[in-house]
Amino acid sequence: MGKIEWAMWANEQALAAGLILLTGGIVGVAGQFRDWEFAAYAIAAGVFVCLLEYPRGKRNKGTSVERTGQYCFTVCVKSFGPLTRNYYVRAFLHAAICVPGGFILATVLGCVCLGIASLIYLAAAIRGEQWEPILPRKESARKPVGESIKLPPQNPPPRPPAEMRRKRAEDLEAAAYVNPIAVTANDD
Amino acid sequence: MGNWIINHGLSSFILVVWMAINIFLFLWFYFFYDLGDQFFYTRHILGSALAWARAPAAVLNFNCLLILLPVCRNLLSLIRGSFMCCGRTMRKQLDKNISFHKLVAYMIGLMTAVHTIAHFLNVEWYYNSRLGKYDDLSMALSSLDDSGNTTFLNPIRSTTTTPTLLVFTSVAGITGVIITLSLILIITSSMEVIRRSYFEVFWFTHHLFIVFFAGLVIHGAGRIVRSQTTTNPPHNATFCKDRIDDWGKIQECPVPQFAGGFPQTWMWVIGPMILYVCERLLRFIRYMQTVKYRKIVIRPSKVLELQLVKNGFKMDVGQYVFLNCPAISQLEWHPFTMTSAPEEDFFSVHIRSVGDWTQKLISIVEQLPEGAEGPKMGVDGPFGTASEDVFDYEVAMLVGAGIGVTPFASILKSIWYKFKDSNPKLRTRKIYFYWLCRETHAFEWFADLLQLLEREMEERGMGSFLTYKLYLTGWDQSHANHVMVHADADTDVVTGLKQKTNYGRPNWDKEFEQVRKENPTSVVGTFLCGPAVLATVLSKKCVKYTDVDPRKTKFYFNKENF
Repeated sequence: MGKIEWAMWANEQALAAGLILLTGGIVGVAGQFRDWEFAAYAIAAGVFVCLLEYPRGKRNKGTSVERTGQYCFTVCVKSFGPLTRNYYVRAFLHAAICVPGGFILATVLGCVCLGIASLIYLAAAIRGEQWEPILPRKESARKPVGESIKLPPQNPPPRPPAEMRRKRAEDLEAAAYVNPIAVTANDD
Repeated sequence: MGNWIINHGLSSFILVVWMAINIFLFLWFYFFYDLGDQFFYTRHILGSALAWARAPAAVLNFNCLLILLPVCRNLLSLIRGSFMCCGRTMRKQLDKNISFHKLVAYMIGLMTAVHTIAHFLNVEWYYNSRLGKYDDLSMALSSLDDSGNTTFLNPIRSTTTTPTLLVFTSVAGITGVIITLSLILIITSSMEVIRRSYFEVFWFTHHLFIVFFAGLVIHGAGRIVRSQTTTNPPHNATFCKDRIDDWGKIQECPVPQFAGGFPQTWMWVIGPMILYVCERLLRFIRYMQTVKYRKIVIRPSKVLELQLVKNGFKMDVGQYVFLNCPAISQLEWHPFTMTSAPEEDFFSVHIRSVGDWTQKLISIVEQLPEGAEGPKMGVDGPFGTASEDVFDYEVAMLVGAGIGVTPFASILKSIWYKFKDSNPKLRTRKIYFYWLCRETHAFEWFADLLQLLEREMEERGMGSFLTYKLYLTGWDQSHANHVMVHADADTDVVTGLKQKTNYGRPNWDKEFEQVRKENPTSVVGTFLCGPAVLATVLSKKCVKYTDVDPRKTKFYFNKENF
């Protein structure tokens, strides 16, 4: 279990929590529940959490898989520097955001989910993980092909030296070619 | 089109049936609760949210029943064994079990969302009704108490509670929150990213399903959904709803009585739960069975060959087993295709070093002293479609691409054994084997196998039985140079085989032409284990080169997911 990056799971959990918070908030406002103001808050909080958690961070080991279209979110989140890079900040932020959700029924589930995500982020932070943005790889300079490849060859193709090429009478097997016509001394 | 029906027809049919059952259950229970007279008064307070909560509940019952079944792989193996007579297509469905498990899981997630939202609304409206925010009828219904000769309808009895408090003080509420939370955790840890990279998180969290099922079974025990019971004399709701003040005073309207519905979920899920417990027990028993090492060979390119012996182990060609090594990890089981033939008295796997489990296994084995026994191993299996059809064709074209070559080791060995023993089950007289890979690095052991077969066939004068061609699709200039210099050698420089390596992808037209020319009257079966793109190409070629004349060559394409 030592190589698990908790932040990856915390990210999935937080994104799910954001969506649940958002849905609960919409239900609360649409149903005009008592204390619907909390539901309205939950909508805003849900959207905020989703935006923050949508861009996946870069993994320490292995390939990082981006979510579709996350590049613009990555740029936004990156611009907050240490606030978003540090997982302690995220853990406490999520813990704080989730509290008002616990006051009405419709958002209580989102609150608990976000609380769990906050705990997982805390675990990630204690292990020293950080959020690194996934940026597009700069095209590595391909080995430039010299101009000379476009000219016809100047030298003949490489061959073993002439002594090896010449067929030796005692070692016909090792020769590099076979005579199409038998070459023997003309006896008659 | 015909090909699609053959390959996907049964799966699509099963999905359609499953969806139809879901829709039927949803609609049936929706109208049961939306139109039933016994819920007239309940609906007065809750509206259609009652039906919207109960309908998904029925679908959830059905899907929670289904979800445990596809993961009982030993049970599935048992079923597959008894389906040997009923055709390959039936058995192939059993191999798509995990896809079905995921589909059912999505449905459970969706229905849970609908069910939960509907119940949030229900609780809120019960609460409002209790506080008298609705009409007089609601007020009257909600004030019915569980005392004397009345029974309550509205589960909110006190006026000082809040919806949240009600949820946390009722059985249905607490269990609901707990199981929904378990479900959410299970889902987030099952996302592909987490599953592929941090399997243990996925596996441990998935065991929350125990909490899920326990809570699910108790969820209805509070009997919080109330319906009107028949009284003597009967209380006609449509007549009495406008005469609230007369309830209990006139004969047509005695005070209405209510009772909760009997919890039914346990009836749906108890069967699969028992089956699953048996499955885990069976896996544990299998794990405890002794597995002895017959031979351990470290092959080039960090490939480990393990030859194992286990009492009562019977396999078919192309199947796979799960291996567990407690010395590396108590809980991880990893699948490996078997590379031995059923005719051999042992079974073997070739393990490549791809992840940390395989790397650790290889390093443990490398550090073993000579002749020592390998680390304790648990084996579960065999699982997977048996590819018995290969033996039915007179001429077989086998195409293995990349790692897809592994089951062919088993198949080729088995064919060779059957051929040597003149096994009547083997109708094959000629095999064309095409091996496509980027580089032979991790498959040198397979080249060794081919060499062995080549030698044995030469000895018996049966050299024409097997024709194989190797295609290296990842060649570069240094390869080409190397080959140019050694062009005259008897055996191939890369594999040491008599057949020369070809570079690039095969020209299938030429290959099919050659097979047709050499076998003018046979039925040729083409088998592929490789990428889907290749499957489309090959199936098209099979159609193209099949002769209309029934006396001439016919090609049949089989794509197997070994």
